[in-house]
Parts: sequence; structure tokens; C-alpha cells
Amino acid sequence: MPIQILMPALSPTMTEGAVARWLKKEGDEIHSGDVIAEIETDKATMEYEAVDEGRLGKIIVPEGTQGIKVNQPIAVLLEEGEDASAIGDVSVPKPTEPKPVEAKPAAPQPTPPVPETPKTAPPPQTGNGHDGSRIFASPLARRMAAQAGLDLATIKGSGPQSRIVKADIDAALLRGAPPSARAPAIRPPRPAPAPFAPVTGDPPFSQKPHSQMRRVIARRLAASKQTVPHFYMTVDCEIDELLRIRKMLNDGTEGLNLSVNDFVIRAAGLALRQVPAANASWSDDAIILWERADIAMAVALDGGLITPIIRGADLKGLQQIAAETKDLAARARAGRLKLEEFQGGTFSISNLGMYGIREFAAVINPPQGCILAVGAGAPRPVVKDGALAVATVMSCTLSCDHRAVDGAVGARFLQAFKQLIDEPARMLL
Amino acid sequence: MADAYDLVVIGGGPGGYVAAIRAAQLGMKTVVVEREHLGGICLNWGCIPTKALLRTSEIYHLMHRLGDFGLSAENIRFDPAKVVARSRALAKQLSNGVGFLMRKHKITVVVGEGKLAGKGRIAVAKDGKPVADLEAKHIILATGARARSLPGLDPDGKLVWTYKEAMVPPAMPKSLLVVGSGAIGIEFASFYRDMGAEVTVVEVLDRVLPVEDEEISIFARKAFEKQGIKIHTGATVKALKKGKDSVAAQIEAGGKASEITVDRVILAVGIVGNVEGVGLEGTGVKVERTHVVADEWLRTGEAGVYAIGDLVGPPWLAHKAMHEGVICVEHIAGVNGVDPLDLRNIPGCTYCRPQVASVGLTEKAARDQGYEVKIGHFPFIANGKAIAMGEPEGMVKTVFDGKTGELLGAHMIGAEVTELIQGYTIAKTLETTESELMRTIFPHPTLSEMMHESVLDAYGRALHF
Repeated sequence: MPIQILMPALSPTMTEGAVARWLKKEGDEIHSGDVIAEIETDKATMEYEAVDEGRLGKIIVPEGTQGIKVNQPIAVLLEEGEDASAIGDVSVPKPTEPKPVEAKPAAPQPTPPVPETPKTAPPPQTGNGHDGSRIFASPLARRMAAQAGLDLATIKGSGPQSRIVKADIDAALLRGAPPSARAPAIRPPRPAPAPFAPVTGDPPFSQKPHSQMRRVIARRLAASKQTVPHFYMTVDCEIDELLRIRKMLNDGTEGLNLSVNDFVIRAAGLALRQVPAANASWSDDAIILWERADIAMAVALDGGLITPIIRGADLKGLQQIAAETKDLAARARAGRLKLEEFQGGTFSISNLGMYGIREFAAVINPPQGCILAVGAGAPRPVVKDGALAVATVMSCTLSCDHRAVDGAVGARFLQAFKQLIDEPARMLL
Repeated sequence: MADAYDLVVIGGGPGGYVAAIRAAQLGMKTVVVEREHLGGICLNWGCIPTKALLRTSEIYHLMHRLGDFGLSAENIRFDPAKVVARSRALAKQLSNGVGFLMRKHKITVVVGEGKLAGKGRIAVAKDGKPVADLEAKHIILATGARARSLPGLDPDGKLVWTYKEAMVPPAMPKSLLVVGSGAIGIEFASFYRDMGAEVTVVEVLDRVLPVEDEEISIFARKAFEKQGIKIHTGATVKALKKGKDSVAAQIEAGGKASEITVDRVILAVGIVGNVEGVGLEGTGVKVERTHVVADEWLRTGEAGVYAIGDLVGPPWLAHKAMHEGVICVEHIAGVNGVDPLDLRNIPGCTYCRPQVASVGLTEKAARDQGYEVKIGHFPFIANGKAIAMGEPEGMVKTVFDGKTGELLGAHMIGAEVTELIQGYTIAKTLETTESELMRTIFPHPTLSEMMHESVLDAYGRALHF
């Protein structure tokens, strides 16, 4: 039976669209994934990929037709062995009238209503220079955009640091009416932030708009994995002695509650001091060797994470580290960190031990050169003096940016780190 | 063999020396050619020495109203020679300072008159004798401007002065005619009036300080007339008849002629660009009405030759020249993010008493451009600090685009407004709307509170008036 190709909903708010261009002719073979047409929405022009296979039997909606409702048939696909007679009678549906936006009498509303879409819809227009995080725009530009119903995310800023200024809004208005009434001048080959287009048969779903934190995480970590050559090495630390000393200190001091993680931070700081080459960042001009261990620790938050920093962890005692981590973590969860408390850092630690994770590899937080992933301390069989024994073992995996930190450097760091954890008395030095 | 540089700047005034410093910062091997004093007219014969004189006249004026402040003094006098000497000493001090800046940035200074001498070449001569032959990839012309003279009204330096003679009077004239009521003319009128001279101002246009907002002009005129300055607007000086130690001036206003006799005349009828003797002939550099034509990057019609400051288009202000110098050099060096000068955001200051300062569009210009304006006013008399200072005369006016809240212009008259205008200039540069200005906390008690109140007033929300 012939398959109807329907006008797709390319964004959650899309109700109608236009067929900008057919890329296949009637009679062409269609394979799943082929781009068959370009669909224009109020936001952008997007490519429409075929889901089914077959032969394009009939184009119902000719190129350039505006105002086609979502799910209205735009073409018919013939399956193998079917011929055009199977199409039957398909009439070209009358497109709805295009909205006469410009002809709208300038009456009751003093300012044109701002489209509701920008809040939830991703900004699909390309080349705007914004990546979805904070948009820098002058107050005047913001107000003018709001009055004109322009989405700032679609406008390229020409001011200092690409700030959007009045001239950019004037230029956008000059290019055409608000974007809801105009077709993008340049068709993006394939919009980078492609909106999620559900396919028939998908289970029901909801969408959670990106928070700013989400976007930062996505951008930074995607960039890290794409541009930073990671390699990983794991070491097993035995923490029985560490646990003993921890208990002794905690029991013996009123109000003191050192965590294993506090020891890990101090040990990492001291190990970086012993192996300064691991406290490094890659830059295009030179390798930056940090002269202080500022250790960022990943703190999970609702809907993301943040990495507050223990500055000079190599110079601070356990008690101070414990106090600082507690304070930073609490304020991180309350969203009350200052910028300088979570920006920067020379080395990161991510600890998932509390979830019972045995070991994992973390993604480097650029421009830092390393991140240490700490697993759970758990009783494991170990061989001691040729005999099987049980020890509390904690596996730690170091991810290194190979551009700045070589294998031998990373290994020497882990060696120093393991020695400090295994024999925590060394942390006294 | 010519000495080779990345950049030659002809003219060591505020535009030229700033361009040279920026170039040196960007690693360019730079030379400044200056014929007289580093710092140019501004520093030696303009902005700075006149401010020194106006400080004297301000204090002298205050001394005559000491009683207002519970003070008294007798025998209040001044020594013209010392007044002038102070002004000259300050100019010299600052000019030396520019010399120090040149050395600090390793900028070569060649004393002499620079002249284009073929592609990328500059010949420098002093007293007609060649002193240097320079070669440069880029040449910035910053030769400035000089006083304009009108036919039949030629300055002689004795009875009929330009700004230059007016700055170094051998004795205080008892009466004075100032032709032209722009910033230069009005500052001298104010100085000499406060020093006790009978001053008459003749302005060809229909109001004094004609580039300012109309309300400011009207306010200023009233203030000047209260001080005893006689003002004729819509008037021209037809002829000057020089006597032995006085000048008879024929003034025509509204078809009626009159004659006054004064000790001295100051001509302040505008400026002309110094386009002669720079070797522009036969090059692609275009000159229109005594000023060089340059594009937004200060390029002239000749490749590699740039022009900045008073030599090019208005407004003819030192700070505009400095910014042009920086923009020009950064553009040459390919610095990222350089923008052309935004002419809408150049403040202008006149240091008469009361002072006048403004930025952006006047109310009339805004209306003429089709804006639906919102106008705010706030008078000095309603400001605590102004009252405490004994300066209740003045006002702050703001012009907003009623539709977008854009600050289109700000116009101020009164004590210290020249120090205040930068606040509005920053606001304009950052493109704030009335909303950010309303939420900005201005300290109390200051004159700056009037700037806040004027914004509030534009939206019917002034608190203290």
C-alpha cells in the first residue's frame, strides 16, 4: 500500500511549514535516510529525511507552498511492486492562507506580542554566534528585540565581545520583518542544534528545556572529548590504614568529621607537588605548569554538577580541607557559589565511591590536564607476601590530556598518590 | 638613506601623540614629527592653558562673593602677568610630560615640518632646511587646525586677537568684543568678564552656543546677561576700524547698524584645517573646505596615508582626535574588534561660567529625526549639593526615545557639569535604557543626583522637583 509522506513537526511548537524545495523527483528511488525535501519553518529551513524506502510516486505539495499543516500529506511513496495507479485520487490540498503579518493593523496592542517559542524551542538559525548559553546584549537591544518580537538567539552581535547592540537589531529589522514573517536568507546545510523530531511510533515523551548549566556541561565536555586526547590509567589503593587514622582522628577530635575524600584531596595535592609535571595545562603556545594545586571537586547537583575549588590543596591540612569542602559543597547545592569559587582549578577529582562504583574514567575538564576518578573502597582479595588476604581497596583512575601529560608523568603521579593513600602518615610530611 | 619606520605621525597634538603611543604599544616602530610643541594646540594654546585661566577667573569671581560663604577679604586684586605665567607654566609642564611619554614608549620625535615626499616618504624641514628623510609603511596626518579669519576681519595680534593672543594678554582690556559664541568665544567672554572687562559677544546665528540644545542656549544667554555680558545674536561685524589703542566695530543686526568701541577684539569664528605645506598636492588625499576627507577608518584617498583629528571632519575636539588616533592605528595593526568612531557619543564641554556639557542629540534634532521624545529636566536649585556649594544656577536635561527608552541626548548647564557628562556618555556607549539609569544608585549628596532625577523626570517620576 502506498505510504503517505506527511509534513513533519520539526520542533515542538511547529504547527505548519512550507516545502521549500524538493530534492527528489517523482519516480526517484528513496532509501531510508535520504534527504527528500527541505522544509521551512518559521525558524529555519531543515532537511527532511525519508524514513521508509520505495519510489517517490507523487508529489502532492509543490515546491514553495506555504502554510501546510503538520501531518498533512505532502507526497506519496510507492513500495516495491506498486505502481502509480495504486496512489488513487489525491488532490492537492489547499494551503492555509499565509499569515498577513505585515498587513496587520497597528492597533490595539502597543507592542507586538513576543512569540512564546524562544523559551522552549532551540534556536535553530545558524551563524548567530550564540551557543545557547548567556546572550550578551545591551539593554536597549534587548528592549528593541522584545518590542519587535525578535529572538536574540537568532541575531549576531557586532559589539565588543559579540555583544548584540542597537545596530544589530536595526539591521535585523531592516533585513525583513520579525523572523516569524520571513524566510531565512541563507539555508543552513544542516542546522547544528537540530530540534528533536519524533518519529511515528516513538513512545510518549516529555522534554526538559536545557538549563544554562546543562548547556555549559554539554558544550565543555563535548569539546573536551572531541579535542582533548584522553588516556587512562588505574591504580588500586589500599585504605585500611587510612580508615584507621581517619577513625582515630574523628573519634579523638570533637566536631571533626574527615571524609575519605578529604584524604584523597590532600593526597592529590601533595602528589602534584611531588610530580609538578602532572599539574599542567595545554595551551597553543606552551604547556602551563601550575605552581599551586587548585583542586576542583565535582559536586552533583539536581540536573547537573559543579566543580568548586580547593585552592592550594597542597598547602592545606586535612582539617582545613574538610571544612572547605563541606562549606563549598553545601553552598554549591544551594547555588550560592561565587564565580571564582568554581572557575579555574588546575586538577579535578570526581568521586563516585558513595554509589558503590568500583572504578570509572572521567572526562577532563579543560584546560586542566588531568582528572582523577575515585571509586568505592571495598574489601577485596589481595595477594600479600604470596598469600591471599583481604584489604579495603579503592581503585582510582587518572584521565590525562596527552598533549600536556605523558604516560610516565601520569604514572608517577599515581604512584605518588597511591603511596600517600596507602601510607597516610606520609601526609604529615 | 632614509630612516625606515612602521608609522610616521605628522603632528604631535592630542590626536598625533596618542596615535603614536598606541602604535608603540602594538609594537610599531614609530616617529612623531612636530613643528613646535608636543601636545599641539590643545595642550599649549587651547584646552589646557584656557582651563588654567578660567580657574583663575572662577576663584576671582568667588572672591567677590565671599560674603555668601561667611568670609571676607579686602584688597582683592590680580596681577595679569602672574595669571598668564601660571597658564604658560602649566602648558609647559604638560608638554614636557608628553615628551616623557614619547621617550617612555621609545617613540622618536623629529622637530620640524613634515611633508609627504613620494610614496611612503616624508621629508622633514626646519626653517626651510632639511633635517630628516623618513620612510614609513603608514603615515598619519595629524596637523590640526588654526583659527579662521573672515574677510575684513583679519587679526593683527595687537588689537584684534585670535585665541592665541587672547591667552597671553599683556594687560587686561577694559572692554572686549568677542566675535563668535562657540565654545572658544564664550570661554574667553566668560574669563574676561569675570576678570572685570566689559564684554560684548556677537553671534551670527540666532543663539549663543549654537551647537547646544536650544534650552541650554537660552539658559546660558540669561546667565551671561545677568553677569553683564552684552549679547547680539543674528548679528554680524561688518567692519573693524583700528584706532591707536582701540577698535571701532560696526555691528549689523536685523538690518540695523550700530557701532561700538572696544579696547580689543577676539575672533572666534571657527577653524580651518592645516592642509597646506603637508605635500598633499599630487597625491590621492582629497581636501574639502580646508579639511581632509577620510573614511571611517581614517583612510584618505592615498593608500597608506591616514588623517585624524581637527584636520578631518567635525566635531573638532581633542578627545575625538585621540580616539581617531587609536582607531586608526588599531585598524592598521589589524587589532580585532575595532569599531569606527560613534559620532553620536562624543561629549562636548564648554568651560564658561556656568559650564555647559552635552552628548548626543538635542531635543530638536531628535524630533527632526522622527523620534517621539520623552524629555526630562532637573534644576540645580532643587539639588542639595548645588545649594550647599552656592551654585543654584543650572539644569540637567535628558532626551529619551519614548518608544525604546534609548537615551538620545543629555544637556547640562551649571557648576562642574563638564565632570558629570561622562556618566551619560557611558550610559549611551553601553546602550542603557531609562530603566538601568533609574536603578543606578547615585550618591547623596552630589550634583550627579540631578542626572538621576532628570531621567526620572522624563518619565514623570522626579522625586525632588
